[in-house]
Amino acid sequence: MMQVEGKCELFEAGHRACAGCGPALAARLILKAAGENTIVVASTGCMEVFSTPYPETAWGVPWIHSLFENAAAVASGIEAAIKQQGRSEKVICVCGDGATFDIGMLCISGAFERNHDITYICYDNEAYMNTGIQRSGATPLDASTTTSPAGKCSLGNKRPKKDLPRILAAHGAPYVATASISYPADFVKKVERAINTPGACYIQVHAPCCTGWGFDPGQTIAIGKLAIETGLWVNYEMVDGVVAKAKKVRRKPVEEYLKAQKRFQHLFKPTPKTEEIAKIQAMADANATAYNIDIKLKQERQ
Amino acid sequence: MLKITEGSYAVAEAVKLCRPQVIAAYPITPQTHIVEALAEMVANCEIDGEYITVESEFSALSACLGASAAGSRAYSATTSQGLALMFEVCFNMAGLRLPMVMTIANRALGAPLSIWNDHQDTISLRDSGWFQLYAEDNQEATDLHFIAYKVSEDHNVLLPGMVCFDGFILSHTYEPVDMPVQEEVDGYLPPFTPYHRLDAGDPISMGMYATPEYYMEFRYQIQQAMEQAGKTLVAAGKEFSEHFGRDYGSLVEGYRLDGADTALIAMGSVCGTIKDAVDEMRDAGRKVGLLKLRAFRPFPEREIVAALNNVNTVAVLDKNISLGNSGAAGTEVKAALAGSGITVLDYVIGLGGRDVRKRDIARVVDLAEKGEGDMFYGLRTEVL
Amino acid sequence: MPLTIGCAARPGKARRNLTGSWRVFRPVFRPEECTKCGLCATVCPEGCVIETEEGTFIPDYDYCKGCGLCAEECPAKAIEMVQEEK
Ligand SMILES: Cc1ncc(C[n+]2csc(CCOP(=O)(O)OP(=O)(O)O)c2C)c(N)n1
Ligand SMILES: [Mg+2]
Repeated sequence: MMQVEGKCELFEAGHRACAGCGPALAARLILKAAGENTIVVASTGCMEVFSTPYPETAWGVPWIHSLFENAAAVASGIEAAIKQQGRSEKVICVCGDGATFDIGMLCISGAFERNHDITYICYDNEAYMNTGIQRSGATPLDASTTTSPAGKCSLGNKRPKKDLPRILAAHGAPYVATASISYPADFVKKVERAINTPGACYIQVHAPCCTGWGFDPGQTIAIGKLAIETGLWVNYEMVDGVVAKAKKVRRKPVEEYLKAQKRFQHLFKPTPKTEEIAKIQAMADANATAYNIDIKLKQERQ
Repeated sequence: MLKITEGSYAVAEAVKLCRPQVIAAYPITPQTHIVEALAEMVANCEIDGEYITVESEFSALSACLGASAAGSRAYSATTSQGLALMFEVCFNMAGLRLPMVMTIANRALGAPLSIWNDHQDTISLRDSGWFQLYAEDNQEATDLHFIAYKVSEDHNVLLPGMVCFDGFILSHTYEPVDMPVQEEVDGYLPPFTPYHRLDAGDPISMGMYATPEYYMEFRYQIQQAMEQAGKTLVAAGKEFSEHFGRDYGSLVEGYRLDGADTALIAMGSVCGTIKDAVDEMRDAGRKVGLLKLRAFRPFPEREIVAALNNVNTVAVLDKNISLGNSGAAGTEVKAALAGSGITVLDYVIGLGGRDVRKRDIARVVDLAEKGEGDMFYGLRTEVL
Repeated sequence: MPLTIGCAARPGKARRNLTGSWRVFRPVFRPEECTKCGLCATVCPEGCVIETEEGTFIPDYDYCKGCGLCAEECPAKAIEMVQEEK
């Protein structure tokens, strides 16, 4: 049997991501959407490590990694250089949630305030995976990580996820979107839109991590879908700070999402933490209201 | 053309003549006048470049790193706390082998907070892979920028470089400076041709990670590039003198070392004071000379050994202290002269803007000739 | 091989690393049941599911890590994971 596509993928096979890696799929989809005329700026983290052990790079486009926390600033310099030279490449940061929500905030805030023509994509696997699953500002409430372990007097991560998309929208970003690798076509469209929107745009893509969250590698897409279907993750777009479109769902109870992952097992065993689960359900309910994602039954609508 | 100008403006003018394409800097005393002047030049289209008003020094250098990687001539300036904030990027940029030039208006590091001059900021980055040049006066500070860009961008070097000049003492002092015109600088410094760059037409991955199989070799290559930088600095300095008539063809500069028994070693503006003090001491019949270090990285070990062949005693003046050991230049000069029989003594002096006067120099020579040294010089008596 | 200055590299070298050797389960594609939707290729984190001239799909076993996402997501259930025999 012959291969149809003559061309290799821009994000190539041979990288060392875990089997079933959500971020690896995100990288592939980003380059599918962005195409060849792209410069990628990476942060230290899983994706950088699994895709570029010298000399085996998986990147078919120009790619640079400097530090954990400075991708947005490096991208600012690249964008300025490209502008000054009269070149046409699009500059995209592809960075982990730790690099984005936590240590890179300074550089990101600066780059967004200056409104460089860049697209910043955070692949959100909800913890510092590269260093062994420590919590980040993107880790959800009650997730057990190696620095927010569930224990006799701990229910895991103490705080809910930081609302970074809104923070960046508040910077005046013309286009902010959330996406999920479980909805690849939607994600690809959003990347295309961000790249073609002048100014600093932000996309936060939910990228489940089988190793860090504790589920079977074949379930990566299914877990991402459950996050959407329970309302714990909302796929939406914000244009000039206003929510323009959010994906509607027939919501399932949050237990379905939580039960499927080891990081939430302490909420069910040895005894169910009903009150805590109710808190998480309330967060999903609040999301549903805020983004108006519930598909209403016909009678309800009348 | 001879101009009476403030050191900062002379540096800004020199930077403009280097045709920077991307400038990213963050204000900090005593560097501010440089970046204000550059911002104004960009605002008036005197510089055909982008000025990025970053939110921190950390981003300033990161942006320069990106610009250089994309193939643009990049520039920044900072000092002290700002340079300390750049620490991680400094090492990274040298490791990525990306050229650029950064001016440092040398200032002390807190605590206690001090805005005044010493060399603690740049000395603390001596291991970062940047070459470091120290200017004695504003003419030298001006000229070293042209040389630094030429060396940094040389494909046999490809290392970023710092041009260090003393905060306030030089940055805020008016001196006559012979400022070259654009055509002259263009004739000396060609446009930046990157060795490789981020370019969709010819993709490359930069800043990959190296396993233990490779890491050491990359570090070795930086070390080799630094050695090459020494040679290229000499060549570029000689070429500079052919173009402009001022000679920077050596990493060190000897002053009245002929027949000297005691040699002082120092860097930066204090060398001017020392030269005057040496003249007075020579007039008084004392056999004293100066060896000025223009480059601290690469460390001019061979040049130092050759220049001090005939002296008995060396007094090193360090405007820095490696706390827990001694001044940086002192330590390294001792290593360079080990086994030579020459007595080397170190004096930590002029920290945090403490004035160093001619009579202090004479006292240091007195102490050195008595064999007393390896000390903080000129402390208030309450702490003794 | 001379080392590239600054630890840089040109594209194409990741392909040296044949990650197929990691596999514990192997996806077996049944083209006769394939509806040619291409989801298997879209969701593959390796990008190693390839379209054939017939419009059906095959995995590149040199790189397939056996994660099972293609089998899990195939709407026609035309892909089966079987234990790799070594
Ligand atoms: C300044 C600095 N602090 C800490 C680290 C260690 N470190 C490397 S990657 C990483 C976590 C990365 O997390 P994230 O950005 O979420 O990416 P992931 O690995 O999860 O894909 C940390 C803490 C570092 N490289 N640099
Ligand atoms: Mg992460």
